[in-house]
Amino acid sequence: MGPSAPYNPGMPDRPIKVLIAKPGLDGHDRGAKVLARGLRDEGFEVVYTGLRQTPEMVATAALQEDVDVVGLSILSGAHMTLVPRITKLLKDNGLDDVLVTVGGIIPDDDVGPLKDAGVAAVFGPGTTIASVAEFLRANARPRD
Amino acid sequence: MGESGTPRAADGATTLTQSAVAGDRRALARLLTAVENRTSIAEAALRELYPKAGRAHIVGITGPPGSGKSTLVAALIAAAREAGRAVAVVAVDPSSPITGGALLGDRVRMQSYADDRDVFIRSMASRGHAGGLASTTTAAAAVLDASGFDLVLIETVGTGQSEVEVAAAADTTVVLEAPEMGDEVQAIKAGLLEVADLVVVNKGDKPGALRTAAQLRAMLVPTVARGDAPEGRPSPKRPEVLVTTATSGEGVPELLAALDRHRVAARAGEATEPRRARALAQIRAVMADRLADRLREPALTSVADAVIDDVAEHRLDPYTAADRLLEAIGRVEA
Repeated sequence: MGPSAPYNPGMPDRPIKVLIAKPGLDGHDRGAKVLARGLRDEGFEVVYTGLRQTPEMVATAALQEDVDVVGLSILSGAHMTLVPRITKLLKDNGLDDVLVTVGGIIPDDDVGPLKDAGVAAVFGPGTTIASVAEFLRANARPRD
Repeated sequence: MGESGTPRAADGATTLTQSAVAGDRRALARLLTAVENRTSIAEAALRELYPKAGRAHIVGITGPPGSGKSTLVAALIAAAREAGRAVAVVAVDPSSPITGGALLGDRVRMQSYADDRDVFIRSMASRGHAGGLASTTTAAAAVLDASGFDLVLIETVGTGQSEVEVAAAADTTVVLEAPEMGDEVQAIKAGLLEVADLVVVNKGDKPGALRTAAQLRAMLVPTVARGDAPEGRPSPKRPEVLVTTATSGEGVPELLAALDRHRVAARAGEATEPRRARALAQIRAVMADRLADRLREPALTSVADAVIDDVAEHRLDPYTAADRLLEAIGRVEA
C-alpha cells in the first residue's frame, strides 16, 4: 500500500468499509449518525446513506460500494419486514459474504429470527461504539 | 503491486475485467476495490483496460465544502439519464489524518437510482492523499470509462484555493462557487479558478448569486487574447460562468450542454496539450509508486534505512541522499 499506510494501528492496511443505512420510514437518524461518526473515529471507512432507504437502495449501495459490512438502523418496528428483504437482495446480488448487523429498537424475541435471516449481530440501546467496532473487526470477512 | 506480473494475478484480473466490461456491476465494484487497495490484480487489470478507456467524458466537479457539489452531481445524473447517457460517479471524501477512518456522505444526495443499472456511484476515501482526490481516483475513473459509461463525474473533497489535481484527471473541470463567498480579489487569485473550464455559481436562488456570477465573469477575462500569448507560454483559460440551482435542477440542462460544448471544442484541436499534461501526470504518479515499491525491496531497504538515518541526523542532505538512492535503484535489478 501507500507509504502513508501505517498510521492506523487498529486497522489492516485497508480500512474495513461499512455501509450505514436507515431503511424504512422513521426519521430518527441520530443513532445512525453517531455510530457512523464513531466508526470513523475507530478507523473505518463509513458510507452513510441517510434516511428512508428502500431495501433495493441498500442492496445497490452495498454492491456499488463493495462494502464489508452493512449496518442497518431501524427504530420503526418494521425490522421483521425490511431486514429479511435486504438480506435476500444481498444474497441475490452475490453479496452473501457481507456482514449484516442491525441496530435500533429490536425486541428480544425477534433477535433469533433476524439471525436466521442472515444477521450476524443485533445491537440494542446502550451498546458502546467500541464494542461494535470490536465485533466488526473480529467478524468482517477479510477479502482479497 | 509487486506481484502484478505473476500469471495468477493476471488471470484473476482478466476474469474480473472481462466481467466488468461485459456489464457485471458486482465485478466492476470489486475491480474498483482492487484499484483502490492497489492489490496485485489492480495493475494487471489496468493494463488490460487502458486501451478500452478514453471514450467517456470525464468531468471533475470541485469547489468549497457545502457549495453543493453532491447535489449538483445528483442533478447532473438526472439530466444525463434524461439524455439517455450512462453515468458513473466517483465521489471522494477526506480520510481522517488521525485515525485513517472516513465518513463518505456523498451518496445521501444521490439516492434515487437503485433500479437503474446505467447509474453507478462509488464513494472513495482520500486515504492521506492531498490535492482533492485519492491517489487512485484517476485509475478508478479509467475503469468506469472502460466499462462503458458515457459520462464519469469525479466529485472532489471540498476544496479551497489550490487543490487543482482534478484538472489532471478530468476532460472538463467544473469549479463550483457559492454566492457571496468572496470579493473580486478572491476571483483573481491564482489557483483553483485558473483550472476551471466552467465556473458554476450554485445556489442560484440565494441572494447575490447573479452578482457573484457577474463579478466572476468580469474578473475571469483573459489578459492575453487567445492565440496572442508568446510562444511557449501557456495561455489562460476563459471559463464560461453559469448559474445553477442544483436542488431544483434549474440551469442544469444548460450546464450539461456547456459540458458537451467544452468537450467538442477540446477534441476539435488546439488542445492536445492538456491531454499530454494529463498523461504525464499519470505516468509521474506511477513512477512515484514504482520508486516507493522498489525502496521496500530487501536489497534496497538497508541502503534506504542508512540514508534516512543520515538525513534525520543532518549528517547528509536530502539531495545527496536522493541521488544515492536513485543510483542504488539503478544498480540493483528489479
